[in-house]
Amino acid sequence: MISDYLQTVDWSRAQFALTAIYHWLFVPLTLGLSVLVAIMETRYYRTGDPFWRRTTRFWMRLFGINFAIGVATGIILEFEFGTNWSNYSHFVGDIFGAPLAVEGIMAFFMESTFIAVMFFGWDKVSRGFHLASTWLTAVGANLSALWILVANAWMQHPVGCTFNLQTVRNEMTSFGDVVLSPVAVNKFFHTVTSSFTLAALFVVGVSAWYLLRRREEKMARRSIAIASAFGFVFALITAATGDRSGAVVARVQPMKLAAMEGLYEGGQGAPLTVIGLVQPGGRAVNGELVRYKVDIPKMLSLMSFRDPDAYVPGIRDLLAGNPEQGIMPAAEKMERGRVAVGELARYRAARDEGDLAAQAEIERKFDPATPEGEEFLREYFAYFGYGYLDRPEQLVPDVPLLFYSFRVMVGAGTFFILLLAAVWWLNRRDRLAGKRWLLWLCVWMIPAAYLASQAGWVLAEVGRQPWAIQDMMPVGVAASKIPSGSVSVTFFLFLVLFTALFAAEISILLRQIKLGPEGDEQSGPEKL
Amino acid sequence: MFPMIRRIVRFYAEGFRSMTVGRTLWAIILVKLFVLFAVLRLFFFPDLLAGKSDGERAACVLEELTK
Repeated sequence: MISDYLQTVDWSRAQFALTAIYHWLFVPLTLGLSVLVAIMETRYYRTGDPFWRRTTRFWMRLFGINFAIGVATGIILEFEFGTNWSNYSHFVGDIFGAPLAVEGIMAFFMESTFIAVMFFGWDKVSRGFHLASTWLTAVGANLSALWILVANAWMQHPVGCTFNLQTVRNEMTSFGDVVLSPVAVNKFFHTVTSSFTLAALFVVGVSAWYLLRRREEKMARRSIAIASAFGFVFALITAATGDRSGAVVARVQPMKLAAMEGLYEGGQGAPLTVIGLVQPGGRAVNGELVRYKVDIPKMLSLMSFRDPDAYVPGIRDLLAGNPEQGIMPAAEKMERGRVAVGELARYRAARDEGDLAAQAEIERKFDPATPEGEEFLREYFAYFGYGYLDRPEQLVPDVPLLFYSFRVMVGAGTFFILLLAAVWWLNRRDRLAGKRWLLWLCVWMIPAAYLASQAGWVLAEVGRQPWAIQDMMPVGVAASKIPSGSVSVTFFLFLVLFTALFAAEISILLRQIKLGPEGDEQSGPEKL
Repeated sequence: MFPMIRRIVRFYAEGFRSMTVGRTLWAIILVKLFVLFAVLRLFFFPDLLAGKSDGERAACVLEELTK
């Protein structure tokens, strides 16, 4: 039975990861390409030049294909919360559900309404109204992302809530704290700007292919001019928001930072590892998790705490504790968590037995308005999730996966900045079309951008393990007790369905790219 | 009021009629939604807490959290 449940948890995690990865194949291009299309249509609105109308409509068609294939893939994630993660959904649904509901009501409907005008409205509504609809589609798509990312950020750093013992639910006490938490703000800007960069690389890559084929050269050059400048600016902002995200992670998820840096022994003036090899099995040897590494001295301390001599805790500090640095041992946190879980069990027994006096006594402990409750919540319930762990080592996420994902993301991001700057410069000097190797590189940067984007999510989500909600609920407790067979069968059904849909998208996209924009620059409207 | 609704309906109807690639995309969307919601949701994903009152849900989750 226990073994079946463990399998259910693993299959549920695998299924959620598969669905999220698949969903994220579509989202970043939607976020960024919607803005690029709006910029191109603005050029058309201002100049009245039919060339820009044709160019806008071509990229809009690719946006439409990506949007249509990706539509509803996010809804799968939402129903998985109810089916595979029902304990989680009940425990924090009041908080987690709020941003998702706002997303559904406001942003999704806004996006859906204006997307119809965007595709069907050419020559039927005024140019100004059409342009406004295109911009509002882009704003709606990015607002959708805001609310989803707020929900995800809350899982990384739960704030603005209180636990209601009677309903066994966490309830929101401050919407502002949830929306404006530093994790939410950074996550939104980092994710959206990186998506803008991905979309820019997509436009540059497709345009490079046209230059290689010596087709649609004017459209390709003009598209590259816009997309490379746009991508360069947002890639720089992505780097800046990524730096800020790292500093926030250092404070709220120190284990994630230690794991992605492969930092076993903490220290003052900690170096940043540029590259290295993680020890086999991700286990430390002589206090070192990474070998053959190239370090930048003091950089990790500087980036994490804006102080080159700051102490950055390593995995060992976070497991064994470090009294000098005020770090509590994991075993102590687990003990305190067990006290909190024990009180919850006592409450359940008192309720089953109808013991009102015991219920009232325990309710006082969970009441933040009483001094007793304030102390219990701070000293014990704050470590509630730790009460379900068996060993401190369970707190360590997959070090090799995090270490390499981080370096793929940062390495690719840095390269994209240089590439986009070079492409913009050469295109401006009219020297890009002659550099075929660079054009091919631009084409191959499309999958590289997706890889970097997915690596970022692997870092965020695997780095949070073993938690579904940081410090509050481990994934093993969050999962529903449903037969592992159901989850494993549907995992493979999803895999087949997703692969088929992804293949369909690639095939339709490639066919449309090969066809190119319809008609010549003076021709009538292009159809989706 | 009604002329406005008629215009909106005509706007969508003409838009859908004039689609080319869009027809394939709509077919994909409909197949996807059918598979996801009619097949997978009905046969493989029982909602464990569905049909329960708030109190029953709380008791159910409390039991899970304190096993």
